[in-house]
This record gives sequence, structure tokens and C-alpha cells, in this order.
Amino acid sequence: MRMLRTIAVGWALHMKQESRNPFFLWVVICTPLIYATMAYFLFARGTDDATLVTAAVGSALMGIWSLTTTAGAASLGQQRRLGILELLVAAPTPFWMTIVPITIAISAIGTYSLVTGLIYVRLLFGVPVEVHDWLGFLAAVPPTIVSMGMFGFLFCAAFVRFRAAWAVGNLFEFPVWTITGLLIPVVLLPAWVEPLSWLAAPTWGMRALRAAALGGSSPWDDIAMCVVLSVVYAAIGMVLLRVFLRSARARGSLALS
Amino acid sequence: MPPVVEALDLYRTYRTTTGTFRRRTLEVEAVRGVSFEIGEGELFGLLGPNGAGKTTTIKMLITLLIPTSGSARVLGHDVVEDATWVRERIGYVFGGDRGLYERLSAWDNLRYFAELYGVEPRRQRPRIEELLELVGLTGREKERVEGYSRGMRQRLHIARGLLHDPPVVFLDEPTIGVDPVGARELRATIAGLKDAGKTVLLTTHYMFEADTLCDRIGVVAKGRLVAEGTPRDLKDRVTDGTVVEIEVYGIDGATVEGLRTIPGVTAVAVEDRDQAQVVVVQATSGTEPTQELLARLEGVSVGRVATREPTLEDAYVALVTEG
Repeated sequence: MRMLRTIAVGWALHMKQESRNPFFLWVVICTPLIYATMAYFLFARGTDDATLVTAAVGSALMGIWSLTTTAGAASLGQQRRLGILELLVAAPTPFWMTIVPITIAISAIGTYSLVTGLIYVRLLFGVPVEVHDWLGFLAAVPPTIVSMGMFGFLFCAAFVRFRAAWAVGNLFEFPVWTITGLLIPVVLLPAWVEPLSWLAAPTWGMRALRAAALGGSSPWDDIAMCVVLSVVYAAIGMVLLRVFLRSARARGSLALS
Repeated sequence: MPPVVEALDLYRTYRTTTGTFRRRTLEVEAVRGVSFEIGEGELFGLLGPNGAGKTTTIKMLITLLIPTSGSARVLGHDVVEDATWVRERIGYVFGGDRGLYERLSAWDNLRYFAELYGVEPRRQRPRIEELLELVGLTGREKERVEGYSRGMRQRLHIARGLLHDPPVVFLDEPTIGVDPVGARELRATIAGLKDAGKTVLLTTHYMFEADTLCDRIGVVAKGRLVAEGTPRDLKDRVTDGTVVEIEVYGIDGATVEGLRTIPGVTAVAVEDRDQAQVVVVQATSGTEPTQELLARLEGVSVGRVATREPTLEDAYVALVTEG
């Protein structure tokens, strides 16, 4: 119970902290529009409305993932510079419980991408956005957000240990877009990519949202996969974080000074 | 009674790398064999210049850094093996304006750390209100921290460090950069911690602060503990002697070194005051070095010359320069 409350309080606090950052908000507003425009022009010719909706959902998830990697790394870097990272480590609460709320909060702010991405393609390009299964669609959003936040949590373990790891966060932005089928359907990629895509949460979030929006298949199995992957990421992330945190304490790399 | 805080032969080495293509690893020994003990309810000061190893020592004691060798215990528990147990029972406050969520209010900052330190939800509100009152921030708690002055931030740091009512408090240069009035208020708050029965480790490089607040002082220089005792003990090291202050203009290093060789002279320091420099010379009791000093300063423009009793600051300067 205490664990859930601590994560919830941390999540609410970081939502507030990040949503008051004007530069961050500017990025949140601009990126989904740019990605939705790219996706529209990539798929606009010779395809049906279903493909365009898929592209719109994909571009929205691209925005969420971009925020999770780049803003997550930036947020941790900022907390290191401000000396907050040391205070979080010095607190008796397990360290992962202070990091998870950061990545989930940033992914949650990315929900904006989902809403604006769909509205944007509807208003500007006239793509009909009709959701076949509203319940499934709304039920898919939180697990998708949380699983992407937990995927980002895996990377954050490295950000804690290595001061320059924020640059690696940016490096993982495009490969994850590609292998999870957010921009290009995975079936168009080499066969060996598909098993990799199964390991990444955005793949299942994308499938759940697409299934709920277009119908034809149930989103619930994909939602379940998002939940399972969140748990797996949490377990791996906690182990990595423990190892990296001890290493950071041994090397003295928690602070910048 | 067992000590509340024990540092046993602590060493801490940092490895850094230089160069772009030909990388070289450098080792910096920040702390070299520091040992001390702090008893229950005692206010112990670690005094030393910048870079002496005070902050590194405190970071090992609060579990943020793992010692390269040696060990440390708080309330009888090892700071590496029982880190979580130790963290639950200590408070940590550092100086400067970092360490706070800038875009959140003081209340939000305290609310989050109350949660992280396991303060019961029903106790959080009254405890935060109590601490805001203690540090004089009542009425300002809903404002964003980014609009706070340095003194207000420092007081908020103290409130944060006391949220879980820890029996042991570590204060790392809490008055640094705070204006004189604010610093005086902070010192009153620190004195209040001791009155409340808490064991306090305070690092500072202000002599008068250590003299006013601390029961005992450890002087750190170049990573080593060069002296330990009550402020009175440290003063007594030099009370037998005498201090000569000579105002000079444009003294060079060789001349200063020459002064050190005068029989009876135990320490020489040069301080910049306004437009001039002041050579502060400490000498053993029974010697009268003034004539010899002036003779050695031939060719240097000399102003006012004064002789006075030694202070704690003189003891500190002597220890640090010897160390």
C-alpha cells in the first residue's frame, strides 16, 4: 500500500514539476504535430483510411516514446545537476520507487500526443477518426502509457550510473520507433526484427490501440501483454538500478561536483 | 555509552580521466585516514578549508559514497551494509541553493520528502506545519521555490532534513552564502537541534560558527584530521603564544618563506584586507619576534604593526597550514 502511495505521490509531483517547464511543454506541443504530418504524407497516397488511422496512432506513440527517452534522460540529468538525485538516494525509500514515477509521469504527459495527433489529422487532413471499441481504446491507454514509462525506466538505470547516458537516450529514440512498427509496419522489415518487436512495449500498445480503433480483433490480449511487459521491465530495471546505484556510490558519480 | 557516529580510518579516492585520445587516469585522495567519534546529543564540527575532504567524509557517513577503505557506523550500524537502516535515522542538509524542486512549492517539496522518509500520511500535514513554523516559512509555503531567496531555501533544506524527526543530523555547510542575519537565524535553529537532544555533525569553514555552536571540533586539512578537541582545547594550543599582524604592500613568496625560518615563529599566513595584505605571524610564548620580522621585511612597504592574543582562527590557520 505504501509503495503504491509513494509512487502515486511521486508521479503527481513530477507531473506538476514537468508540466511547469515551458521548454518541455513546447516540445510536447510541437512533436506530435510534426510526427503526425510526417506519417500522413508517408501513407497518404494509395492507402485506405484504416492505414491513415494506424499512422496517426503510430505517430502519437512516437511522440510518447520520444518524450520518455529524451525528456526522461533530461529530467534525471537536471535532478543530478540540482543535487536532488543524491537526496533521493539518501532517502530510505527504495530508489526505484523514486525513478519509476518520473518516467511514468513523462509518458503520461505524452498522452497529449495521442489526443492531439488524432485531432490534428482529423482537422487538417480530414482523416476520419472513428473508434470502433471505445471501452477497449480507453482501457488500452493507461497500460500503454505505463508500459512505455517502464520501458524508459530500463534506460534510466543507465542514466543514474553514467553521467553522459542522456545522449544514449536520444540514440534509442529512432530504433524503437522502427522495430515496434510505430512508423512502418513490422511485416515490411526483415523477419529477425519481429521477435525483437515483441520485447518492446510500444509494439503491444500500438496493436491494442489500433485493434480498438479499427475493430477486427480484440485489444485485450495486447493490453495484457503491456501489463506483463511492465512487470518484466520493473523487475529487470530494479536489478539494474541496484547494481548501477552501488557502482555510482562506489565511483562517486551521483553528483556533478 | 557507545558513540552515535564513528568514522574508522576512512579513505576515499576518486578516479578521474583526462585527455581526449590518450586517456589518462588520475587518482585523487580526497580523504586519507579520517577517524573520529561523536557521542549522543553532541554537536561535532568538522572544520576545514575548501577541498579539505569535509563533504566527502559526510557523504560516506550518510551512505551516498562507499569508502575506498575503512568503515563508518551510525547508531552502531555499518553505513555500507545497513544503508537503509541508517538512512531511516539520519537527516541530511547541505548548503547552497541546490537540492530542491524549483518549480514546486515548499509544501510540495516537503510533502514528497515526507513520503520518501515514511512519515505516516496523517502525521504529514501537522509535521510540515510544525517545521515551517520552526524555520520561519509559515505563510510562504505555497510559493514556488524558484522565487525563494538563498536564506529561505536553506531554511527549507533544514525543514526537509528534519521531516522524519531523525536522532542524527548531518549539516554540510548550512550557512554558506547566506546573509549575516539569515546565518544568525540558521545558527539559532542549529543550536535548537542540540537542545532537542539530537546528535549533530556540522561541517563549516567559519571559525566563529564552530566556536559558537560546537561541543567538539575536528580540523580537516588535505584529507586528514589534523586536530580534534573542544574549541577551548584548540585555542589553548596557541594561547601561550603571541600573534603579530603586519600590514604590508606587495610582499613576495620568498620573503614569506624567510619569515617562517625565524626562531620561535610557528605559523605565517598572508591575508588580503582591502587594498593591503596583512602578514599574520604566530610565535611561541616568551619570544618577541617583531624586530626580527621587520628586519626581514626590509624593502617591503610596511604599514601598521599590531600584537594581540591568539584566537581560535589563529589555531585553525596554524593547524591547516601545518597540515
